[in-house]
Amino acid sequence: MSTHPNFLLELYVFVLAGFVGYLVITRVPALLHTPLMSATNAISGISLVGSLVAAGAALNRASTILGFVAVTAATVNVVGGFLITDRMLKMFRGGQPQRREPKK
Amino acid sequence: MSRDTFIQATYLLASVLFILGLRGLTDPKHARRGMQLAAVGMVLAIVGTLVNHQIIRYDWIAIGLVLGTLIGYPLGMFVPMTAMPQRIAISHMFGALAATLVGVAEFIHLGHGAAVERPEMAALGFEVLFGSITITGSFMAFGKLQGIVPSAPVTFRGQNLLNMGVFAGMVALFVLLIIQPASAALFYVLIGLGLALGTSMVLPIGGADMPVVISLLNSYAGLASSATGFAIGNNVLIIAGALDGASGFLLSIIMSRAMNRSFANVLFGAFGAPVEQAGKSAAGLTVRSITAEDAAIQLAYARSVIVVPGYGMAVAQAQHQVRELAALIEKNGGQVLYAIHPVAGRMPGHMNVLLAEADVPYDRLKEMDEINDAFASADVALVIGANDVVNPAARNDRGSPIYGMPILNVDQAKSVIVLKRSMNPGFAGIENELFYDPKTSMLFGDAKDSLSKVVSEVKKA
Repeated sequence: MSTHPNFLLELYVFVLAGFVGYLVITRVPALLHTPLMSATNAISGISLVGSLVAAGAALNRASTILGFVAVTAATVNVVGGFLITDRMLKMFRGGQPQRREPKK
Repeated sequence: MSRDTFIQATYLLASVLFILGLRGLTDPKHARRGMQLAAVGMVLAIVGTLVNHQIIRYDWIAIGLVLGTLIGYPLGMFVPMTAMPQRIAISHMFGALAATLVGVAEFIHLGHGAAVERPEMAALGFEVLFGSITITGSFMAFGKLQGIVPSAPVTFRGQNLLNMGVFAGMVALFVLLIIQPASAALFYVLIGLGLALGTSMVLPIGGADMPVVISLLNSYAGLASSATGFAIGNNVLIIAGALDGASGFLLSIIMSRAMNRSFANVLFGAFGAPVEQAGKSAAGLTVRSITAEDAAIQLAYARSVIVVPGYGMAVAQAQHQVRELAALIEKNGGQVLYAIHPVAGRMPGHMNVLLAEADVPYDRLKEMDEINDAFASADVALVIGANDVVNPAARNDRGSPIYGMPILNVDQAKSVIVLKRSMNPGFAGIENELFYDPKTSMLFGDAKDSLSKVVSEVKKA
Protein backbone atom coordinates (compact mmCIF):
# COMPACT_ATOMS: atom_id res chain seq x y z
CA MET A 1 0.00 0.00 0.00
CA SER A 2 2.66 2.48 0.93
CA THR A 3 6.02 2.85 -0.70
CA HIS A 4 8.61 4.99 1.02
CA PRO A 5 6.81 7.28 3.39
CA ASN A 6 8.69 10.32 4.48
CA PHE A 7 8.60 9.78 8.20
CA LEU A 8 10.21 13.05 9.18
CA LEU A 9 7.63 14.99 7.22
CA GLU A 10 4.85 12.91 8.74
CA LEU A 11 6.21 13.64 12.17
CA TYR A 12 6.00 17.36 11.40
CA VAL A 13 2.37 16.92 10.38
CA PHE A 14 1.59 14.93 13.51
CA VAL A 15 3.21 17.37 15.93
CA LEU A 16 1.67 20.43 14.30
CA ALA A 17 -1.78 18.84 14.11
CA GLY A 18 -1.55 17.81 17.75
CA PHE A 19 -0.55 21.36 18.62
CA VAL A 20 -3.47 22.86 16.69
CA GLY A 21 -5.77 20.35 18.35
CA TYR A 22 -4.46 21.28 21.77
CA LEU A 23 -4.94 25.00 21.17
CA VAL A 24 -8.44 24.62 19.77
CA ILE A 25 -9.65 22.09 22.30
CA THR A 26 -8.46 24.01 25.39
CA ARG A 27 -11.05 26.59 24.36
CA VAL A 28 -13.93 24.11 24.29
CA PRO A 29 -16.06 24.79 27.41
CA ALA A 30 -16.75 21.97 29.88
CA LEU A 31 -20.38 22.40 28.82
CA LEU A 32 -19.59 20.70 25.51
CA HIS A 33 -17.12 18.05 26.65
CA THR A 34 -19.42 15.15 25.84
CA PRO A 35 -20.20 16.39 22.31
CA LEU A 36 -16.46 17.04 21.93
CA MET A 37 -15.78 13.43 22.73
CA SER A 38 -18.37 12.10 20.31
CA ALA A 39 -17.17 14.59 17.67
CA THR A 40 -13.55 13.48 17.89
CA ASN A 41 -14.83 9.92 17.73
CA ALA A 42 -16.68 10.64 14.53
CA ILE A 43 -13.62 12.36 13.10
CA SER A 44 -11.34 9.48 14.04
CA GLY A 45 -13.66 7.35 11.92
CA ILE A 46 -11.27 8.63 9.25
CA SER A 47 -9.52 5.28 9.70
CA LEU A 48 -12.13 4.43 7.09
CA VAL A 49 -9.68 5.87 4.57
CA GLY A 50 -7.14 3.17 5.39
CA SER A 51 -9.82 0.49 5.75
CA LEU A 52 -11.29 1.18 2.30
CA VAL A 53 -7.92 0.62 0.64
CA ALA A 54 -7.33 -2.57 2.63
CA ALA A 55 -10.77 -3.91 1.70
CA GLY A 56 -10.63 -2.94 -1.96
CA ALA A 57 -7.03 -3.52 -2.98
CA ALA A 58 -7.62 -7.28 -3.35
CA LEU A 59 -4.10 -8.10 -2.16
CA ASN A 60 -4.97 -11.33 -0.43
CA ARG A 61 -7.98 -12.90 1.21
CA ALA A 62 -6.92 -12.06 4.79
CA SER A 63 -6.34 -8.37 4.08
CA THR A 64 -9.66 -8.12 2.26
CA ILE A 65 -11.59 -9.64 5.16
CA LEU A 66 -9.76 -7.59 7.79
CA GLY A 67 -10.31 -4.52 5.64
CA PHE A 68 -14.00 -5.32 5.33
CA VAL A 69 -14.43 -5.58 9.12
CA ALA A 70 -12.43 -2.37 9.52
CA VAL A 71 -14.66 -0.57 6.97
CA THR A 72 -17.72 -1.69 8.91
CA ALA A 73 -16.32 -0.59 12.29
CA ALA A 74 -15.12 2.78 10.98
CA THR A 75 -18.43 3.42 9.21
CA VAL A 76 -20.29 2.76 12.46
CA ASN A 77 -18.24 5.54 14.05
CA VAL A 78 -18.59 7.97 11.17
CA VAL A 79 -22.37 7.56 10.75
CA GLY A 80 -23.21 7.08 14.43
CA GLY A 81 -20.70 9.66 15.64
CA PHE A 82 -21.83 12.56 13.48
CA LEU A 83 -25.52 11.79 14.04
CA ILE A 84 -25.27 11.59 17.81
CA THR A 85 -23.09 14.69 18.04
CA ASP A 86 -25.66 16.63 16.07
CA ARG A 87 -28.47 15.26 18.21
CA MET A 88 -26.68 16.42 21.34
CA LEU A 89 -25.74 19.83 20.00
CA LYS A 90 -29.34 20.40 18.93
CA MET A 91 -30.36 20.17 22.60
CA PHE A 92 -28.04 22.92 23.79
CA ARG A 93 -29.86 26.20 23.64
CA GLY A 94 -29.44 29.43 25.49
CA GLY A 95 -31.83 32.06 26.75
CA GLN A 96 -35.57 31.49 26.79
CA PRO A 97 -36.43 27.89 27.60
CA GLN A 98 -40.17 28.55 27.08
CA ARG A 99 -39.93 28.51 23.32
CA ARG A 100 -39.75 24.80 22.88
CA GLU A 101 -39.58 23.29 19.46
CA PRO A 102 -42.58 21.05 18.79
CA LYS A 103 -41.74 17.48 19.64
CA LYS A 104 -41.92 14.84 16.94
CA MET B 1 -5.72 17.54 -12.37
CA SER B 2 -4.29 14.10 -11.86
CA ARG B 3 -6.08 11.58 -9.75
CA ASP B 4 -3.47 11.75 -6.98
CA THR B 5 -3.70 15.53 -6.83
CA PHE B 6 -7.46 15.24 -6.51
CA ILE B 7 -7.14 12.74 -3.67
CA GLN B 8 -4.63 14.89 -1.82
CA ALA B 9 -6.85 17.95 -2.31
CA THR B 10 -9.81 16.16 -0.71
CA TYR B 11 -7.60 15.09 2.20
CA LEU B 12 -6.26 18.58 2.75
CA LEU B 13 -9.74 20.06 2.62
CA ALA B 14 -11.03 17.38 5.00
CA SER B 15 -8.25 18.16 7.49
CA VAL B 16 -9.09 21.87 7.41
CA LEU B 17 -12.81 21.14 7.85
CA PHE B 18 -12.11 18.85 10.81
CA ILE B 19 -10.18 21.61 12.57
CA LEU B 20 -12.93 24.12 11.79
CA GLY B 21 -15.47 21.64 13.11
CA LEU B 22 -13.68 21.32 16.44
CA ARG B 23 -13.28 25.07 16.56
CA GLY B 24 -17.05 25.35 16.29
CA LEU B 25 -17.32 23.45 19.56
CA THR B 26 -15.72 26.35 21.42
CA ASP B 27 -19.13 28.06 21.33
CA PRO B 28 -22.49 26.29 21.66
CA LYS B 29 -24.00 28.75 19.16
CA HIS B 30 -21.74 27.64 16.31
CA ALA B 31 -21.19 24.06 17.32
CA ARG B 32 -23.77 22.40 15.08
CA ARG B 33 -22.66 24.26 12.00
CA GLY B 34 -19.04 23.42 12.74
CA MET B 35 -19.76 19.73 13.00
CA GLN B 36 -21.70 19.82 9.74
CA LEU B 37 -18.56 21.19 8.10
CA ALA B 38 -16.57 18.34 9.63
CA ALA B 39 -19.09 15.85 8.24
CA VAL B 40 -18.66 17.36 4.78
CA GLY B 41 -14.92 16.92 5.26
CA MET B 42 -15.45 13.26 6.06
CA VAL B 43 -17.54 12.70 2.92
CA LEU B 44 -14.84 14.41 0.82
CA ALA B 45 -12.12 12.20 2.29
CA ILE B 46 -14.18 9.08 1.59
CA VAL B 47 -14.89 10.12 -2.00
CA GLY B 48 -11.22 10.93 -2.48
CA THR B 49 -10.23 7.50 -1.20
CA LEU B 50 -12.74 5.64 -3.32
CA VAL B 51 -11.11 6.87 -6.55
CA ASN B 52 -7.73 5.60 -5.33
CA HIS B 53 -6.20 3.46 -8.10
CA GLN B 54 -5.17 0.81 -5.55
CA ILE B 55 -8.82 -0.06 -5.03
CA ILE B 56 -9.82 -2.58 -7.67
CA ARG B 57 -12.90 -4.20 -6.23
CA TYR B 58 -15.80 -2.51 -4.51
CA ASP B 59 -17.98 -5.42 -3.36
CA TRP B 60 -16.56 -5.77 0.17
CA ILE B 61 -16.34 -2.01 0.51
CA ALA B 62 -20.01 -1.62 -0.38
CA ILE B 63 -21.11 -4.34 2.04
CA GLY B 64 -18.97 -2.84 4.82
CA LEU B 65 -20.32 0.67 4.24
CA VAL B 66 -23.92 -0.55 4.22
CA LEU B 67 -23.45 -2.77 7.27
CA GLY B 68 -21.64 -0.02 9.17
CA THR B 69 -24.43 2.42 8.35
CA LEU B 70 -27.07 -0.05 9.47
CA ILE B 71 -25.33 -0.42 12.84
CA GLY B 72 -24.24 3.21 13.15
CA TYR B 73 -27.60 4.84 12.37
CA PRO B 74 -29.49 3.42 15.36
CA LEU B 75 -26.41 4.00 17.56
CA GLY B 76 -26.58 7.64 16.50
CA MET B 77 -30.32 8.25 16.45
CA PHE B 78 -31.96 6.06 19.07
CA VAL B 79 -29.51 5.65 21.94
CA PRO B 80 -30.96 7.66 24.85
CA MET B 81 -28.88 10.46 26.35
CA THR B 82 -28.76 8.58 29.66
CA ALA B 83 -26.84 5.80 27.91
CA MET B 84 -24.29 8.23 26.48
CA PRO B 85 -21.27 7.08 28.55
CA GLN B 86 -21.49 3.49 27.35
CA ARG B 87 -22.30 4.67 23.83
CA ILE B 88 -19.09 6.73 23.78
CA ALA B 89 -17.09 3.85 25.28
CA ILE B 90 -18.22 1.39 22.61
CA SER B 91 -17.40 3.85 19.82
CA HIS B 92 -13.82 4.00 21.08
CA MET B 93 -13.80 0.25 20.60
CA PHE B 94 -14.98 0.49 17.00
CA GLY B 95 -12.37 3.17 16.23
CA ALA B 96 -9.54 1.15 17.74
CA LEU B 97 -10.77 -2.02 16.03
CA ALA B 98 -10.64 -0.35 12.61
CA ALA B 99 -7.15 1.03 13.24
CA THR B 100 -5.79 -2.28 14.53
CA LEU B 101 -7.24 -4.33 11.68
CA VAL B 102 -5.79 -1.96 9.09
CA GLY B 103 -2.45 -2.43 10.82
CA VAL B 104 -2.73 -6.22 10.68
CA ALA B 105 -3.84 -6.13 7.02
CA GLU B 106 -0.83 -3.99 6.16
CA PHE B 107 1.48 -6.32 8.08
CA ILE B 108 0.13 -9.35 6.22
CA HIS B 109 0.31 -7.57 2.90
CA LEU B 110 3.96 -6.78 3.47
CA GLY B 111 4.83 -10.47 3.72
CA HIS B 112 4.10 -10.84 7.43
CA GLY B 113 6.68 -8.22 8.19
CA ALA B 114 9.28 -9.43 5.68
CA ALA B 115 8.96 -6.31 3.53
CA VAL B 116 8.46 -3.88 6.40
CA GLU B 117 11.07 -1.25 6.98
CA ARG B 118 11.94 -0.25 10.51
CA PRO B 119 10.21 3.13 10.73
CA GLU B 120 7.07 1.58 9.29
CA MET B 121 7.32 -1.28 11.77
CA ALA B 122 7.51 1.25 14.56
CA ALA B 123 4.29 2.84 13.28
CA LEU B 124 2.56 -0.53 12.91
CA GLY B 125 3.74 -1.52 16.38
CA PHE B 126 2.35 1.63 17.95
CA GLU B 127 -0.86 1.19 16.03
CA VAL B 128 -1.60 -2.33 17.24
CA LEU B 129 -0.22 -1.62 20.73
CA PHE B 130 -2.57 1.30 21.40
CA GLY B 131 -5.30 -0.23 19.28
CA SER B 132 -5.46 -3.59 21.02
CA ILE B 133 -5.40 -2.06 24.52
CA THR B 134 -8.23 0.27 23.49
CA ILE B 135 -10.38 -2.47 21.93
CA THR B 136 -10.75 -4.55 25.09
CA GLY B 137 -10.35 -1.61 27.47
CA SER B 138 -13.26 0.21 25.85
CA PHE B 139 -15.31 -2.94 25.72
CA MET B 140 -14.78 -3.46 29.46
CA ALA B 141 -15.68 0.17 30.13
CA PHE B 142 -18.81 -0.31 28.04
CA GLY B 143 -19.66 -3.48 29.95
CA LYS B 144 -19.24 -1.77 33.30
CA LEU B 145 -21.31 1.25 32.32
CA GLN B 146 -24.00 -0.94 30.79
CA GLY B 147 -24.04 -3.14 33.88
CA ILE B 148 -22.96 -6.34 32.11
CA VAL B 149 -19.69 -6.40 34.04
CA PRO B 150 -19.75 -5.56 37.76
CA SER B 151 -19.07 -1.84 38.02
CA ALA B 152 -17.35 -2.20 41.38
CA PRO B 153 -13.58 -2.55 41.15
CA VAL B 154 -12.51 -6.15 40.56
CA THR B 155 -9.13 -6.57 42.18
CA PHE B 156 -6.70 -9.27 43.20
CA ARG B 157 -3.29 -9.33 44.78
CA GLY B 158 -0.43 -8.31 42.53
CA GLN B 159 -2.76 -6.94 39.88
CA ASN B 160 -0.76 -3.78 39.31
CA LEU B 161 2.45 -5.78 39.19
CA LEU B 162 0.96 -8.14 36.62
CA ASN B 163 -0.30 -5.26 34.47
CA MET B 164 3.08 -3.57 34.60
CA GLY B 165 4.74 -6.85 33.68
CA VAL B 166 2.46 -7.31 30.67
CA PHE B 167 3.08 -3.74 29.59
CA ALA B 168 6.85 -4.19 29.93
CA GLY B 169 6.52 -7.35 27.84
CA MET B 170 4.68 -5.39 25.17
CA VAL B 171 7.37 -2.74 25.06
CA ALA B 172 10.03 -5.46 24.76
CA LEU B 173 8.14 -7.10 21.86
CA PHE B 174 7.73 -3.71 20.23
CA VAL B 175 11.49 -3.10 20.36
CA LEU B 176 12.27 -6.63 19.13
CA LEU B 177 9.90 -6.11 16.18
CA ILE B 178 11.65 -2.91 15.19
CA ILE B 179 15.00 -4.69 15.29
CA GLN B 180 13.64 -7.68 13.36
CA PRO B 181 10.37 -6.79 11.58
CA ALA B 182 9.99 -10.22 9.97
CA SER B 183 8.96 -11.85 13.27
CA ALA B 184 5.30 -12.45 12.55
CA ALA B 185 4.70 -14.43 15.73
CA LEU B 186 5.92 -11.59 17.94
CA PHE B 187 3.54 -9.21 16.18
CA TYR B 188 0.53 -11.35 17.00
CA VAL B 189 1.69 -11.97 20.57
CA LEU B 190 1.95 -8.18 20.93
CA ILE B 191 -1.70 -7.85 19.90
CA GLY B 192 -2.73 -10.67 22.22
CA LEU B 193 -0.96 -9.06 25.17
CA GLY B 194 -2.57 -5.72 24.31
CA LEU B 195 -6.03 -7.28 24.35
CA ALA B 196 -5.28 -8.91 27.70
CA LEU B 197 -3.87 -5.71 29.17
CA GLY B 198 -6.88 -3.65 28.05
CA THR B 199 -9.14 -6.04 29.93
CA SER B 200 -7.14 -6.28 33.12
CA MET B 201 -6.43 -2.56 33.17
CA VAL B 202 -10.09 -1.52 33.21
CA LEU B 203 -11.38 -4.39 35.36
CA PRO B 204 -10.18 -2.84 38.67
CA ILE B 205 -11.65 0.56 37.88
CA GLY B 206 -14.84 1.68 39.59
CA GLY B 207 -17.65 3.72 38.12
CA ALA B 208 -16.62 7.08 39.56
CA ASP B 209 -13.26 6.89 37.80
CA MET B 210 -14.88 6.30 34.43
CA PRO B 211 -14.51 9.91 33.22
CA VAL B 212 -10.71 9.51 33.37
CA VAL B 213 -10.76 6.07 31.75
CA ILE B 214 -13.05 7.10 28.91
CA SER B 215 -10.93 10.17 28.18
CA LEU B 216 -7.74 8.14 28.22
CA LEU B 217 -9.20 5.52 25.87
CA ASN B 218 -10.36 8.34 23.62
CA SER B 219 -6.77 9.50 23.45
CA TYR B 220 -5.43 5.98 22.78
CA ALA B 221 -7.93 5.46 19.96
CA GLY B 222 -6.75 8.72 18.42
CA LEU B 223 -3.09 7.76 18.71
CA ALA B 224 -3.83 4.40 17.10
CA SER B 225 -5.48 6.19 14.15
CA SER B 226 -2.53 8.52 13.86
CA ALA B 227 -0.10 5.59 13.87
CA THR B 228 -2.17 4.07 11.06
CA GLY B 229 -1.52 7.25 9.13
CA PHE B 230 2.22 6.86 9.67
CA ALA B 231 2.11 3.20 8.67
CA ILE B 232 0.30 3.71 5.38
CA GLY B 233 1.66 7.20 4.67
CA ASN B 234 -1.62 9.08 4.88
CA ASN B 235 -1.64 12.64 6.22
CA VAL B 236 -5.35 13.05 6.84
CA LEU B 237 -5.25 10.03 9.14
CA ILE B 238 -2.27 11.46 10.99
CA ILE B 239 -4.03 14.80 11.42
CA ALA B 240 -7.42 13.44 12.49
CA GLY B 241 -5.76 10.98 14.85
CA ALA B 242 -3.62 13.72 16.36
CA LEU B 243 -6.71 15.88 16.93
CA ASP B 244 -8.51 12.98 18.58
CA GLY B 245 -5.44 12.08 20.63
CA ALA B 246 -4.93 15.68 21.77
CA SER B 247 -8.57 15.98 22.73
CA GLY B 248 -8.62 12.78 24.78
CA PHE B 249 -5.31 13.66 26.37
CA LEU B 250 -6.52 17.09 27.38
CA LEU B 251 -9.77 15.73 28.78
CA SER B 252 -7.85 13.13 30.80
CA ILE B 253 -5.76 15.91 32.30
CA ILE B 254 -8.84 17.99 33.14
CA MET B 255 -10.60 14.98 34.66
CA SER B 256 -7.60 13.83 36.67
CA ARG B 257 -7.05 17.35 38.01
CA ALA B 258 -10.69 17.47 39.06
CA MET B 259 -10.11 14.27 41.03
CA ASN B 260 -6.75 15.39 42.39
CA ARG B 261 -4.92 12.55 40.72
CA SER B 262 -1.46 13.15 39.40
CA PHE B 263 -0.66 13.36 35.75
CA ALA B 264 1.66 10.34 35.91
CA ASN B 265 -1.14 8.44 37.58
CA VAL B 266 -3.27 8.99 34.47
CA LEU B 267 -0.53 8.22 31.96
CA PHE B 268 0.29 4.87 33.44
CA GLY B 269 -3.30 3.98 34.01
CA ALA B 270 -2.71 3.15 37.66
CA PHE B 271 -5.97 4.78 38.69
CA GLY B 272 -8.87 3.32 40.58
CA ALA B 273 -6.93 1.67 43.36
CA PRO B 274 -9.57 0.63 45.88
CA VAL B 275 -9.89 2.78 48.93
CA GLU B 276 -8.80 0.76 51.91
CA GLN B 277 -9.85 2.93 54.78
CA ALA B 278 -12.31 5.74 55.11
CA GLY B 279 -11.39 8.98 56.78
CA LYS B 280 -13.47 10.22 59.68
CA SER B 281 -16.11 7.91 61.02
CA ALA B 282 -19.70 9.02 61.28
CA ALA B 283 -20.27 7.32 64.62
CA GLY B 284 -22.34 9.40 67.01
CA LEU B 285 -23.54 11.83 64.36
CA THR B 286 -27.16 12.13 63.33
CA VAL B 287 -28.77 13.25 60.12
CA ARG B 288 -31.93 15.29 59.78
CA SER B 289 -34.40 13.59 57.49
CA ILE B 290 -37.22 15.65 55.99
CA THR B 291 -40.30 15.00 53.85
CA ALA B 292 -40.99 16.24 50.34
CA GLU B 293 -43.45 18.70 51.87
CA ASP B 294 -40.73 20.25 54.07
CA ALA B 295 -38.41 20.51 51.09
CA ALA B 296 -41.14 22.17 49.04
CA ILE B 297 -41.69 24.82 51.70
CA GLN B 298 -37.98 25.58 51.75
CA LEU B 299 -37.71 25.73 47.96
CA ALA B 300 -40.96 27.37 46.89
CA TYR B 301 -40.00 30.93 47.75
CA ALA B 302 -36.21 30.66 47.84
CA ARG B 303 -34.59 33.64 46.17
CA SER B 304 -31.61 31.74 44.88
CA VAL B 305 -31.18 28.01 44.48
CA ILE B 306 -28.12 26.18 43.22
CA VAL B 307 -28.73 22.67 41.96
CA VAL B 308 -25.80 20.26 42.26
CA PRO B 309 -26.44 17.21 40.05
CA GLY B 310 -24.47 13.99 40.34
CA TYR B 311 -24.52 10.47 39.00
CA GLY B 312 -27.58 9.75 41.17
CA MET B 313 -29.60 12.15 39.03
CA ALA B 314 -28.54 10.28 35.89
CA VAL B 315 -29.41 6.90 37.41
CA ALA B 316 -32.85 8.09 38.50
CA GLN B 317 -33.27 9.96 35.17
CA ALA B 318 -34.56 12.85 37.23
CA GLN B 319 -33.36 15.67 34.95
CA HIS B 320 -36.86 16.47 33.67
CA GLN B 321 -38.25 16.78 37.21
CA VAL B 322 -35.31 19.03 38.10
CA ARG B 323 -36.22 21.28 35.21
CA GLU B 324 -39.87 21.30 36.25
CA LEU B 325 -39.00 22.29 39.81
CA ALA B 326 -36.67 25.02 38.57
CA ALA B 327 -39.45 26.45 36.39
CA LEU B 328 -41.74 26.69 39.43
CA ILE B 329 -39.08 28.39 41.56
CA GLU B 330 -38.39 30.82 38.75
CA LYS B 331 -42.11 31.54 38.41
CA ASN B 332 -42.11 32.52 42.08
CA GLY B 333 -39.31 34.99 41.39
CA GLY B 334 -36.35 32.87 42.44
CA GLN B 335 -33.20 32.21 40.48
CA VAL B 336 -31.95 28.70 39.75
CA LEU B 337 -28.42 27.89 38.64
CA TYR B 338 -26.69 24.56 38.18
CA ALA B 339 -23.22 23.81 39.55
CA ILE B 340 -21.48 21.18 37.43
CA HIS B 341 -18.40 19.49 38.84
CA PRO B 342 -16.03 18.31 36.06
CA VAL B 343 -16.23 14.67 37.18
CA ALA B 344 -19.93 14.57 38.10
CA GLY B 345 -21.33 11.51 36.32
CA ARG B 346 -19.52 8.94 34.27
CA MET B 347 -17.93 10.95 31.48
CA PRO B 348 -16.78 14.51 30.83
CA GLY B 349 -19.82 16.76 30.39
CA HIS B 350 -22.32 14.05 31.37
CA MET B 351 -24.54 16.33 33.50
CA ASN B 352 -24.59 19.09 30.90
CA VAL B 353 -25.94 16.76 28.25
CA LEU B 354 -28.67 15.41 30.52
CA LEU B 355 -29.80 18.85 31.64
CA ALA B 356 -29.69 20.20 28.10
CA GLU B 357 -31.90 17.30 27.10
CA ALA B 358 -34.36 18.38 29.80
CA ASP B 359 -34.40 21.81 28.14
CA VAL B 360 -32.36 23.67 30.74
CA PRO B 361 -30.77 26.63 28.91
CA TYR B 362 -27.00 26.27 28.85
CA ASP B 363 -26.32 29.69 30.33
CA ARG B 364 -27.66 28.36 33.65
CA LEU B 365 -25.11 25.51 33.67
CA LYS B 366 -22.06 26.80 35.52
CA GLU B 367 -18.60 25.29 35.80
CA MET B 368 -17.15 24.78 39.26
CA ASP B 369 -14.78 27.77 39.28
CA GLU B 370 -17.48 30.01 37.92
CA ILE B 371 -20.06 29.26 40.59
CA ASN B 372 -18.13 28.32 43.72
CA ASP B 373 -18.21 31.85 45.12
CA ALA B 374 -21.97 32.07 44.63
CA PHE B 375 -22.78 29.32 47.15
CA ALA B 376 -22.23 31.66 50.11
CA SER B 377 -25.18 33.78 48.98
CA ALA B 378 -27.43 30.91 47.91
CA ASP B 379 -30.55 30.26 49.99
CA VAL B 380 -30.67 26.57 49.15
CA ALA B 381 -28.15 24.23 47.63
CA LEU B 382 -30.07 21.27 46.23
CA VAL B 383 -27.76 18.26 45.94
CA ILE B 384 -29.21 15.55 43.70
CA GLY B 385 -27.37 12.27 43.82
CA ALA B 386 -23.92 13.82 44.21
CA ASN B 387 -21.61 12.83 47.04
CA ASP B 388 -17.83 12.96 46.77
CA VAL B 389 -17.85 16.20 44.76
CA VAL B 390 -19.53 18.00 47.67
CA ASN B 391 -17.65 16.32 50.53
CA PRO B 392 -15.94 18.93 52.74
CA ALA B 393 -13.46 16.24 53.80
CA ALA B 394 -11.64 16.98 50.55
CA ARG B 395 -10.85 20.37 52.03
CA ASN B 396 -10.29 19.72 55.74
CA ASP B 397 -9.63 16.04 56.46
CA ARG B 398 -6.04 15.08 55.69
CA GLY B 399 -6.85 11.45 56.40
CA SER B 400 -9.53 11.29 53.74
CA PRO B 401 -8.71 9.51 50.49
CA ILE B 402 -10.22 12.39 48.53
CA TYR B 403 -8.25 15.05 50.43
CA GLY B 404 -7.15 17.77 48.02
CA MET B 405 -9.80 17.14 45.39
CA PRO B 406 -11.45 20.40 44.32
CA ILE B 407 -15.08 20.39 45.44
CA LEU B 408 -18.20 22.49 45.13
CA ASN B 409 -18.66 24.81 48.14
CA VAL B 410 -22.10 23.46 48.95
CA ASP B 411 -21.39 23.65 52.71
CA GLN B 412 -21.25 27.46 52.42
CA ALA B 413 -24.86 27.79 51.29
CA LYS B 414 -27.42 29.07 53.82
CA SER B 415 -29.19 25.71 53.76
CA VAL B 416 -28.63 22.43 52.00
CA ILE B 417 -31.10 19.79 50.85
CA VAL B 418 -29.60 16.48 49.83
CA LEU B 419 -31.59 14.02 47.73
CA LYS B 420 -30.19 10.60 48.29
CA ARG B 421 -31.34 7.03 47.95
CA SER B 422 -30.12 5.96 51.40
CA MET B 423 -27.36 6.69 53.89
CA ASN B 424 -24.93 4.32 52.15
CA PRO B 425 -21.69 6.15 51.53
CA GLY B 426 -20.88 7.09 47.94
CA PHE B 427 -18.72 5.21 45.51
CA ALA B 428 -15.47 5.88 47.30
CA GLY B 429 -16.97 4.53 50.53
CA ILE B 430 -16.19 7.74 52.34
CA GLU B 431 -18.44 9.31 54.95
CA ASN B 432 -19.65 12.76 54.01
CA GLU B 433 -19.82 15.17 56.92
CA LEU B 434 -21.95 17.52 54.84
CA PHE B 435 -24.87 15.17 55.51
CA TYR B 436 -24.44 15.67 59.26
CA ASP B 437 -24.19 19.45 59.07
CA PRO B 438 -26.98 21.10 61.15
CA LYS B 439 -28.11 23.16 58.13
CA THR B 440 -28.39 20.08 55.92
CA SER B 441 -31.66 18.21 55.50
CA MET B 442 -31.81 14.83 53.85
CA LEU B 443 -34.66 13.83 51.57
CA PHE B 444 -34.35 10.07 51.16
CA GLY B 445 -35.70 8.08 48.25
CA ASP B 446 -35.43 7.79 44.48
CA ALA B 447 -34.50 11.23 43.14
CA LYS B 448 -37.18 11.16 40.47
CA ASP B 449 -39.98 10.21 42.90
CA SER B 450 -38.79 12.69 45.51
CA LEU B 451 -38.63 15.51 43.00
CA SER B 452 -42.06 14.70 41.57
CA LYS B 453 -43.50 14.94 45.09
CA VAL B 454 -41.65 18.20 45.76
CA VAL B 455 -42.95 19.60 42.46
CA SER B 456 -46.56 18.80 43.30
CA GLU B 457 -46.12 20.24 46.81
CA VAL B 458 -44.62 23.45 45.42
CA LYS B 459 -47.55 23.72 43.02
CA LYS B 460 -49.90 23.55 46.01
CA ALA B 461 -47.96 26.14 47.98
